Amino acid sequence: MAGCKPKQGPAAAMAPGKKIKVAVDPVTRIEGHLKVEVEVKDGKVVDAHCSGGMFRGFENILKGRDPRDASQLTQRICGVCPTAHATASVRALDDAFNVKLTTNGRIVRNLIFGANYLQSHILHFYHLAALDYVKGPDVAPFIPRYQNPDIRVDAKTNAVGVDQYLKALEIRRICHEMVALFGGKMPHVQGLVVGGTTEIPTADKIVGFLWRFKKVKEFIENEYLPLVYALGSVYPDLLETGSGWKNCISYGVFPLNDEETEFLLKPGVFTDGKDYPLDPAKIKEYVRYSWFHDADTGLHPSEGRTNPKPGKEGAYSFVKAPRYNDKPHEAGPLARMWITNPELSPVAQKAGFKRMRDLGDKAFSILGRHIARAEEAYRVAMAVEKWLMEVKPGAETYVKVDVPEEGEGMGLTEAPRGSLLHYIKIKDSVIDNYQVVAATIWNASPRDDMGQRGPIEQALIGVPVPDPKNPVNVGRLIRAFDP
Amino acid sequence: MSLKRRDFVKLCAGTMAGLGISQLFHPGLLKAMEGAAKNTPVIWIQGQGCTGCSVSLLNTVHPSIKEVLLKIISLEYHPTVMASEGELALEHMFEIAEQYKGKFFLAVEGAIPKAANGMYCIVGEMEGKELTMLELVTQLGKKAAATVALGACACYNAGIPGAEGNLTEASSVKAIFEEEGIATPVVNVPGCPPHPDWMVGTIAHVLLYGVPELDDNGRPKLFYGLNIHENCPYRGYYESGTMSPVFTQKQGCRYELGCKGPVANADCWKRKWNNGVNWCVENAVCIGCVEPGFPDDMSPFYEAM
Repeated sequence: MAGCKPKQGPAAAMAPGKKIKVAVDPVTRIEGHLKVEVEVKDGKVVDAHCSGGMFRGFENILKGRDPRDASQLTQRICGVCPTAHATASVRALDDAFNVKLTTNGRIVRNLIFGANYLQSHILHFYHLAALDYVKGPDVAPFIPRYQNPDIRVDAKTNAVGVDQYLKALEIRRICHEMVALFGGKMPHVQGLVVGGTTEIPTADKIVGFLWRFKKVKEFIENEYLPLVYALGSVYPDLLETGSGWKNCISYGVFPLNDEETEFLLKPGVFTDGKDYPLDPAKIKEYVRYSWFHDADTGLHPSEGRTNPKPGKEGAYSFVKAPRYNDKPHEAGPLARMWITNPELSPVAQKAGFKRMRDLGDKAFSILGRHIARAEEAYRVAMAVEKWLMEVKPGAETYVKVDVPEEGEGMGLTEAPRGSLLHYIKIKDSVIDNYQVVAATIWNASPRDDMGQRGPIEQALIGVPVPDPKNPVNVGRLIRAFDP
Repeated sequence: MSLKRRDFVKLCAGTMAGLGISQLFHPGLLKAMEGAAKNTPVIWIQGQGCTGCSVSLLNTVHPSIKEVLLKIISLEYHPTVMASEGELALEHMFEIAEQYKGKFFLAVEGAIPKAANGMYCIVGEMEGKELTMLELVTQLGKKAAATVALGACACYNAGIPGAEGNLTEASSVKAIFEEEGIATPVVNVPGCPPHPDWMVGTIAHVLLYGVPELDDNGRPKLFYGLNIHENCPYRGYYESGTMSPVFTQKQGCRYELGCKGPVANADCWKRKWNNGVNWCVENAVCIGCVEPGFPDDMSPFYEAM
């Protein structure tokens, strides 16, 4: 069996100066339905198109419903990061209902969301991405694999990788138990509601959270981080490719005080080499190349409309193209860590990297994005430990509020995979308009009305594809974004 | 086989919180499962969904997901887990479906949109042509020995993608099979997402003993046979008229907060979730995610029925 079939014969791949198209559809080990088509010339990607193949239309389904239903319904956009959508949604509702959380409410929200950050990053690295770098057991679902999978780790490291893959299954399950202790269950929590959280932590549950957390933290420090850096030494070329636009956006996540002036991962924008404060008014969504009506292009989410038009001439994706200040920006762990530029883990310190930006251009690469994710997991774990000391057993986490007749709210947060915005408009006490600009929309977007490629499309440019039948690096690059 | 079907069912239904369906550790049964897995591969496909059912499956405790993947089921296709991608993966799936025609099991997660010729959910590309979820379910459904519809989206009125206001004509597996005249049996395993034990238990039952006994809604009675409210640990509060006025006040029945336990049938009240650490009603309210009327008939979630 051949690998991904190039659209022309394999012989064409060898001819210098000639372009061939390679399609990967479906791109697997991601959440959702994604296709990528790249043009390869002289062994490198010279153009790329990224297509999102699914539309559900949450915005249309939400219309006319009780506003409080939104946090339950929108969680179901993503089963890997439901807590992110729940967080964005309850933040939009808090804003629209004009409610201020209790301190304990804020901290418990951070614990619920923080535990799922750890789950999501570990699941992503091991169970979605790792099979690009280590060889799994020779049984389904680990076979079939590419004939030439470019696995370069030695047998010993490979065995360590597979062991960690299996152990990580247990660790991520434990993270979900942590989420469920205060969130009710996972996936899809009951605990996050407008006004705070539904369960006042007891000493018993805090201890239950803590002993689980210790195992997770140990795993991140002793296994996850070292393995990611080890891959960097085995695949050094993957630290040199996939740079993309080098523009970053972050809305900020994990408020550290009740006034929300401090965040663990800061809000900000990095455009064309310069740092700027975030101004949400500069976000617009374009649809020229998306299967939506052209009339609805260039709108701020508060004006957003959701009118799909499958099969629209010239379009190639159900993903809209969000832009900040009309420019494509990458979102996710690398963007947040670049903008926040925190001190890195002891593992990185030993390697001579004190802060994120010390990685320089290497950060904007396939493995650089995995390093940023692992370092972020470490940073979130350190914060979770602190919040566990701050959370007060028995102190109120919820403020009761009634549904307003009219209202408008914006909920900004960061999903593990990037910047997430929910917008709600309430009229006659029901939802009049609801808009979601999800994290993956930023990264996996198609071209915008100005013709600029989306962040993943741009990052694919220059990625080596020496063998078009086995376009291993294409999958590696896409998964590094955790779409 | 050393474990009789009725004992298996008894063990599944009689479980304590967090114990899962640990009878799968029964050595005789595990051996039988390994044999069954070899001859009956599972093909797991995803339509309009969130991957939450797959993530919930990963949360299985007894047996662990490691055991499920390596010993209990032979998962030949799963978009989120498998190593392969692109046409390589699709070709392999179709080969398995042909080789094990009438023998393999099809697991469907997510809804199947019918509008726009199925173009609201494209799952891959074969020979340069887009393959829709609608085409895939139809093609594989005809060849499968049985189909397990996992989660609210694949059951009944297609869950949230099929809720009022949707433009995609999202449909359940059963609805598509009926329209296409496909006679392959369908077992509904609803929930948003379903509990891992419900999924592993149902698949194990199908593999070992065939389709389990189903209720009027096509769900295995062993997991969905009893009403939540009638069996709720907070039932006593309801009887005495003590109602929780706010979420964080736990000394009361959650009915006034919008709990849909009275119209929901599942064993969450004794099985609990995530290794038995919590469940929806302990934490807040039930939103009735296992019922055909989810979400429309359960909405507003936070108003009393």
